Amino acid sequence: MTSRLPTMLRDAAFTVLVAAALGIFVVGFRTLDVGSRTGLSFDYEFVDLGVALIVIFFGRLGLSLAASGLRWPAIALGGVMIALGASPLRLPSGFLHWFVVLGGVLLVIRATWPWANRVLASAARTATGRLLDRIGNQWLGWLLLGLAIILPFTPLADQKTMDLSVLILTYVMLGWGLNIVVGLAGLLDLGYVAFYAVGAYSYALLSTQQGLGFWAVLPLAGALAASFGILLGFPVLRLRGDYLAIVTLGFGEIIRLVILNWFDLTNGPAGIGSIPGPTLFGAVFAETAPAGKQTVSELLGIPFNGIHRLIFLYYIILLLALITNLFTQRMRRLPVGRAWEALREDETACKALGINPTNTKLTAFAVGAMFAGFAGSFFAAKQRFISPESFTFIESAIILAIVVLGGMGSQIGVVLAAVLLIGLPEWFRELGNYRMLAFGLAMVLIMVFRPRGLIAHREPSVRLHPVASGGSG
Amino acid sequence: MSALQAAPLIEIEHLTMRFGGLLAIDDVSFIGRPREITAIIGPNGAGKTTVFNCITGFYKPTVGRLLLRGEREYLLERMLGHEIGQRARVARTFQNIRLFPAMTVLENLLVAQHNKLMLASGYSVFGLFGLRRYRLAENAAIELARAWLERIGLLADADRPAGELPYGAQRRLEIARAMCTEPRLLCLDEPAAGLNPRESAELNQLLVSIRDRDGIGVLLIEHDMSVVMNISNHVVVLDYGRKIAEGAPAAIQRDPAVIRAYLGTDDEAIDG
Repeated sequence: MTSRLPTMLRDAAFTVLVAAALGIFVVGFRTLDVGSRTGLSFDYEFVDLGVALIVIFFGRLGLSLAASGLRWPAIALGGVMIALGASPLRLPSGFLHWFVVLGGVLLVIRATWPWANRVLASAARTATGRLLDRIGNQWLGWLLLGLAIILPFTPLADQKTMDLSVLILTYVMLGWGLNIVVGLAGLLDLGYVAFYAVGAYSYALLSTQQGLGFWAVLPLAGALAASFGILLGFPVLRLRGDYLAIVTLGFGEIIRLVILNWFDLTNGPAGIGSIPGPTLFGAVFAETAPAGKQTVSELLGIPFNGIHRLIFLYYIILLLALITNLFTQRMRRLPVGRAWEALREDETACKALGINPTNTKLTAFAVGAMFAGFAGSFFAAKQRFISPESFTFIESAIILAIVVLGGMGSQIGVVLAAVLLIGLPEWFRELGNYRMLAFGLAMVLIMVFRPRGLIAHREPSVRLHPVASGGSG
Repeated sequence: MSALQAAPLIEIEHLTMRFGGLLAIDDVSFIGRPREITAIIGPNGAGKTTVFNCITGFYKPTVGRLLLRGEREYLLERMLGHEIGQRARVARTFQNIRLFPAMTVLENLLVAQHNKLMLASGYSVFGLFGLRRYRLAENAAIELARAWLERIGLLADADRPAGELPYGAQRRLEIARAMCTEPRLLCLDEPAAGLNPRESAELNQLLVSIRDRDGIGVLLIEHDMSVVMNISNHVVVLDYGRKIAEGAPAAIQRDPAVIRAYLGTDDEAIDG
């Protein structure tokens, strides 16, 4: 041990050197606007940098210790870091407290990881472990669904939670829709938000200009988005992998730019406002109904409360998302769904088996786009105002990240990833400027520990032999 | 050869394939009959796989006619890749196995029955609502798959991902998958490559049973002469894209042109 210590110290010192070189301009200096006369000046934050470098030194040392099997010193080091970070000791900035604690936690995780892995692996082999595994595989979905249904009736259901839940469910639905294209058919689509935009603008225009209601437009928006899916599908039929990704990325941008510039139709960057919300049997969610209409509180005979509208929206998106899920599950068991998966696995073999790759790809694009269209209509009805800014590339990237993080093709994985990806940045809001950093760190951690996504297990669409039941299998 | 030979199943006439300046196949003609195994042999680079790629629509021949007789006559050179599998019912396997590795063995065999099931599911509409007609068709498809899994000895592995199977089993599965498309003509590209002698003998049995029990025509590219000489009815030899010999296996073994193609000219044989 003692013989390796100098090497470790040298390694840690070198890491600090690299971190210092990288950090001195990013963390060490801060430009300040000090008025018109002098323009910009510098603020020096070398104390912050110094503290961070000390943490990095001990963190790196701890990692080396853990890597060479010295678990206890590493855990002790991590413990000290956690204690320091959590202590009332005044560090120059609040973020440094987080930084120190996070470093300590990661170090402890790293040190206990091999041991935890062993324990988990052996626990999974016991009867209880296998039972838990089965519960995880078979009942997790039902459990989540049950929670989702009762959520509005729990004390948790305040304005903020419901808003966030609606947002998460929208992304769950989009993730499930994109999962058809990316997860099942294996067509890397970076322009998925285009269909979301088509759905949103379909509803916004048809409702504000033609006076159509949400429920009437919903199927129309789906059909319109699906036809745009086919429109995109045709030119990209021959492309695979990266090339396909680039063209779909371009398609997404084209749709956004058309919306931005076709001023007569879409009102350009100013967007479309006062979009009516969805109605319940013709009744509107508002304190006072417009002429000839009824409010929901009048219909149901309950006092008006702003949250009713949110709860209603919540159940709509829950229903839409469930329809997406059921449809996908069903499709997977049909010949077309199997052909999608076969196409992802090997297009040449598909052709040799007499499967028409054109039709198969186009159906995947159309079905995926249709669900984005539904979600888009819902988005417009919920926001009541849409503009091209809501449909930028970053949206496509987030939806794709949900699918990839969830584990390509896994339905439950998409739910977990959506909760993480949409929920985490909201919960991290207290971190201020550093929340995207924490978010990035969380993503890196997931990719390190679950490189094939949160749920990488693929359930066969059909079985010849029923699964062995009980703990004997 | 007997006088009771059936009418040709596939007639390949003056097939020529040119890639830029390279003449990969030069005016090759031969026929394949139903209930017969026609082997195509030749040294590496002789153009055997190119012939297969022309027959199965992966390449468009530069010159030539590829006529397949079913309930009507199909001109394969005019058909799209997937139509050859769907309508003309020509199935093939690949030199480097092309299964759907993440899908289970059973799913691989069901994908092969795609077109039949697609019709039965009313292009997914009936299937989506779980109508009886589709359920019956799917059960029938599973039964066909089960029968083939029994024949190739993979029944117990039906629910495993195809990519996890050992190499020899993957070879057999690829043949079963091609057979699940219920073809008239089966094209096998080096099915014995990488098999040990025992697996190779099993493969011989499987191919003979496909010929005799299923009564379809088989085109076979193979380097393993124990397979070629034991089971094929007719052998076509290619060298540098030209057909240099054709006939019964025993006659081919003695053909001087074939020996020259495989072992070099007499001079080189003496020098080497």
